[in-house]
Amino acid sequence: METLMEAQVTVGDQLPELRVALTPTFVISSALATRDYTPVHHDVAIAQAQGSKDIFLNILTTMGLLERFVTDWAGPGALIHGMKVKLGVPAYAGDTLTLTGAVSAVEDARFTVDIVGSVSLGAHAQGSVRLSLPR
Amino acid sequence: MTDLETLAKQVVGAGESPRMRASEAVSGPLIRQWTQAMGDKNPKYQDLAPPAMIQVWSMPGADRTAFQRDRIPLDDLLDALTESGYTGVVATNCEHTYHRYLRPGEELTSTTRLTEMSGLKRTALGEGYFVTWAVTWYAEDEPVAEMEFRLLKFRPREDKPQPEKRKPYPLKPAVNQDTEFFWDGVRAGELRIQKCGDCGELRHPPGPICPACRSANRTHVVASGLGEVYSFVVHHNPPVPGRETPFVVAVVELPEGVRIVGNVVDCPPSEVGIGMPLRVIYRPMDDELTLPVWVPLEP
Repeated sequence: METLMEAQVTVGDQLPELRVALTPTFVISSALATRDYTPVHHDVAIAQAQGSKDIFLNILTTMGLLERFVTDWAGPGALIHGMKVKLGVPAYAGDTLTLTGAVSAVEDARFTVDIVGSVSLGAHAQGSVRLSLPR
Repeated sequence: MTDLETLAKQVVGAGESPRMRASEAVSGPLIRQWTQAMGDKNPKYQDLAPPAMIQVWSMPGADRTAFQRDRIPLDDLLDALTESGYTGVVATNCEHTYHRYLRPGEELTSTTRLTEMSGLKRTALGEGYFVTWAVTWYAEDEPVAEMEFRLLKFRPREDKPQPEKRKPYPLKPAVNQDTEFFWDGVRAGELRIQKCGDCGELRHPPGPICPACRSANRTHVVASGLGEVYSFVVHHNPPVPGRETPFVVAVVELPEGVRIVGNVVDCPPSEVGIGMPLRVIYRPMDDELTLPVWVPLEP
């Protein structure tokens, strides 16, 4: 895993797309790894009884995947300073989450990457990650 | 200002909650479980916690009774919203700010404060309030991360089932000039009994000529709607279209002095007996037909 240097990145740079297959195993293991035991994230019958199509991704996992999307591109030297996420449609098991993004701003050596996480129903998450890179 | 808005103002005014202990210390095993589940291979996380894990350290885990924190004023507001019918909940925004990376072994505390509650909003999900709160995590007394979290507490729209066209009831009464007044009565919620226009004799079923005085003049009275079982059968077989067997067909004697045939419903057939007091109800069988049927007087 290589680390990008500050000088290598400019506004407008596209990040490599990240596609995550939302298998039931992925949805459940990530919900439990974030210590979220809410049944709609692991119990299909309960999720359906509450009007959902299936179990769906929990928010803590969405946050984790946005962070991974950025560090997969920026490398281990990047420092993540924050994230801002607007949540949209649910990301159901069986769907695929596709993360796309681009560098939208740089100010005082801090970069902002704008991200959209899409599933078949539309935008699951829209937001930005703030980071800095080694000089 | 509504009670909920007043409460929200109080909770905002109450400021930060007391420090609450995080449920888990930052730890290598939980970090590895997280990075494996996320598919995150960043080698930085061999020594440091992923910043996005910040909320994980405060999650209650599988046994909610084992990790109990004190109630905070925000809990009162969320409970009050639920009790007021805003039972639905959907998270809308989550914002993290990280001041530094955390190391395994660090033990965190956090405080929570209500930032704001919106006015009542109409949304696609239903009417509701957006509730925003802020959490600060501390290592000792050093703030290490913040989160702003917004959710919508909404009153779920009532799913009004489309009024479906009911399947037509297959058995239609014969309506003719002699019986039309009876069925007009049923639609109006009246049990009408034919009465001779000359001698005043009541008769049922309706017919063109008075059996007592042979007059063709006729009128009707409205019966009280009470009666009692004069005789009955429990029909088991053969099957009848549109009906479930067994059902009770009774001859009902009216206090007005005539007898009328009808079903006894809302009562197990085994409980129907001669002399049982009944009252009439009007039951819609489909979009057009209503039938007078009989139910026990005493429920």
